[in-house]
Amino acid sequence: MSLKDKLVSSHIVFQDSLDPDSPIYDVRGNAIKTFEAEGFPTKKDEAWKYTSLNSILKKDYNIFPTKKSSLDFKDVERYFINDIDTYNIIFVDGVFNAHLSSTTHDGIDVCTMNSALTKSKYKQVIDVYFNKIVKEESLTSLNTAFARDGAYIYIPKGKVADKPIQIIHFATGSKEAALLQPRNLIVAEENSEVQIIERHQSLSDNATFTNSVTEVYAAKRAIIDYYKIQNDKLDASLVDTTEIEQHGESIVSVHTFSLGGNITRNNLNYYQKGERIDSILKGVTLIEGKQHVDHNTLVHHIEPNCESHQDYKGIFADSAIGVFNGKVVVEKEAQKTNAYQSNNNILIDDKATINSKPQLEIFADDVRCSHGCTIGQLDESALFYLQSRGIAKKEARALLMYAFANTVLSSVKIPQLKQRITKLIAKKIGVSIGFEI
Amino acid sequence: MLTVKDLHAGIEEKDILKGINLEIKAGEVHAIMGPNGSGKSTLSSVIAGKEEYEVTDGDIFLNGESILEMDPEERAHEGVFLSFQYPVEIPGVTVTNFIKTAINQTRKAKGLEDMPASDMLKMIREKSELLEIDRKFLSRSLNVGFSGGEKKRNEIFQMAMLEPKLAILDETDSGLDIDALRIVANGVNKLRSEDNAVLVITHYQRLLDYIVPDVVHVLMDGKIVKTGGKELAHELEEKGYDWLKEELV
Repeated sequence: MSLKDKLVSSHIVFQDSLDPDSPIYDVRGNAIKTFEAEGFPTKKDEAWKYTSLNSILKKDYNIFPTKKSSLDFKDVERYFINDIDTYNIIFVDGVFNAHLSSTTHDGIDVCTMNSALTKSKYKQVIDVYFNKIVKEESLTSLNTAFARDGAYIYIPKGKVADKPIQIIHFATGSKEAALLQPRNLIVAEENSEVQIIERHQSLSDNATFTNSVTEVYAAKRAIIDYYKIQNDKLDASLVDTTEIEQHGESIVSVHTFSLGGNITRNNLNYYQKGERIDSILKGVTLIEGKQHVDHNTLVHHIEPNCESHQDYKGIFADSAIGVFNGKVVVEKEAQKTNAYQSNNNILIDDKATINSKPQLEIFADDVRCSHGCTIGQLDESALFYLQSRGIAKKEARALLMYAFANTVLSSVKIPQLKQRITKLIAKKIGVSIGFEI
Repeated sequence: MLTVKDLHAGIEEKDILKGINLEIKAGEVHAIMGPNGSGKSTLSSVIAGKEEYEVTDGDIFLNGESILEMDPEERAHEGVFLSFQYPVEIPGVTVTNFIKTAINQTRKAKGLEDMPASDMLKMIREKSELLEIDRKFLSRSLNVGFSGGEKKRNEIFQMAMLEPKLAILDETDSGLDIDALRIVANGVNKLRSEDNAVLVITHYQRLLDYIVPDVVHVLMDGKIVKTGGKELAHELEEKGYDWLKEELV
């Protein structure tokens, strides 16, 4: 049986186990129909031209992974940013783990989607926000159909989250390949502020496939900083879809650090529904071997006087493959839009590949839109400059790669996170950069 | 200090240096002058070890030891320093962090511990004062957005910090106004000693008014065609290079 057939038939059983009065009972029913009609994306779909899921869809996944009985903090401590105080929403094989988590309802709600979907006091928020901007297409619909748990973050009007929130999805599947489908909802009301760090981490020796969907709503003047750490095992694949709706004067930044995994596909879509909005999309990709990272972004400029800033840097070694497909749409009404997009890549080895495709669709006539894409090797004269100062070639290469990625790191607002990412990058490059950043 | 013997070098089958001989003793300042395209920058790059260039014949000795087989960083560890005509910009790495890394890498190569932070700071303070460098400048990203003068001053600041045995100044005067030129030259002069040597590579005589050479060589078409005292530089300034060409024919 194909994975698609298995999913469709499993959904009948799944639906039976659910409360028919749930606010999203029908939403799930419709979603599985969409998935059934569309199936998994293939390379024939324009948006998936350079990324094939075939190799990972062949595996026999357990759709409802069995949970490992226990997970000690000391075993997973290294996956936390633990030198700062944070709220933690931790999932193990798709199920909330209270022991590893630290949630709150004090002024802000930092808890789980499962509570939000089942408790009546959240019904209003779910009715207004759940599955409202997600596009009806195969993988997001599949997630909606099976959505059970994930992070639920609600920051009321005028509140500032007193500490960053970490969301970690662990996969432990000790016996079989696991399919995980977390679903996050982040709502920041007017004048509120929140910082979020998210990570998907396999602890399993078997393959994992995570199909994650996150909806983000930023009301007027809300500020959201969202950091995604992708540094997973070699047989862990991820499709991470993030749909963001912004209202007037809000600022939403998403930094994606793609440092490892099997196939990683990021769908990051921004919809600007107000004026003077700023959307910031940044990414560092540093991969080797046969790893594959695909950034598929969309910024939809709908109203006037808004900005978007995209800066994606990639370093590809061995036969790693990178994809950048950045679409910017500027509607006729969106005059005075300032949209900036940049995608710079370094190919370390001859067999490494990058497919970079900017797409600009501009219907307004008074806008500033710029885009640039570069593909190259490390600058030999820069390397010589560093070596001539006594810095060994290996260190010099690392320093140049760090310098190359730095424009993306410089906008990370949490210093401890910045340091962690810098260290991860230094480790990937295989050297210790001999100074504090 | 530096001995260059019948050096032939080129890039991609093209011969640029066609038999250079040069002997620089400790405590001396030599200048190499010559028209554009004569091979001046190639010579400095080859001495510093740039890989693009292939040495086809001859040898380069530093204190009696051949350095041809050494990587650029090994040559730096042995005391070769090249002040670049076009210093490279490195975003995200501050001047201070860069020089710390360079010094500690050199110490590491010599089997020494990292320089204690307090010593490093003291040295940075002294040397930046020498070159009239503002403190704020030191925390900026290396060469990013620097003016021509700032870049060159920063090169000489690095030279001051690394205390090389042989400093090669490649067109250090290009892009400098007269004040910056004076500061840079003054810095170089203060760093001169009986134990080190300086090789100034320049198109014009201007810099040599400030860094006075003991010996002046004229490089044309990959060969040293004339060697003389500091007065040779003045002669070249007055007459240009053409009379030499004629003399050679």
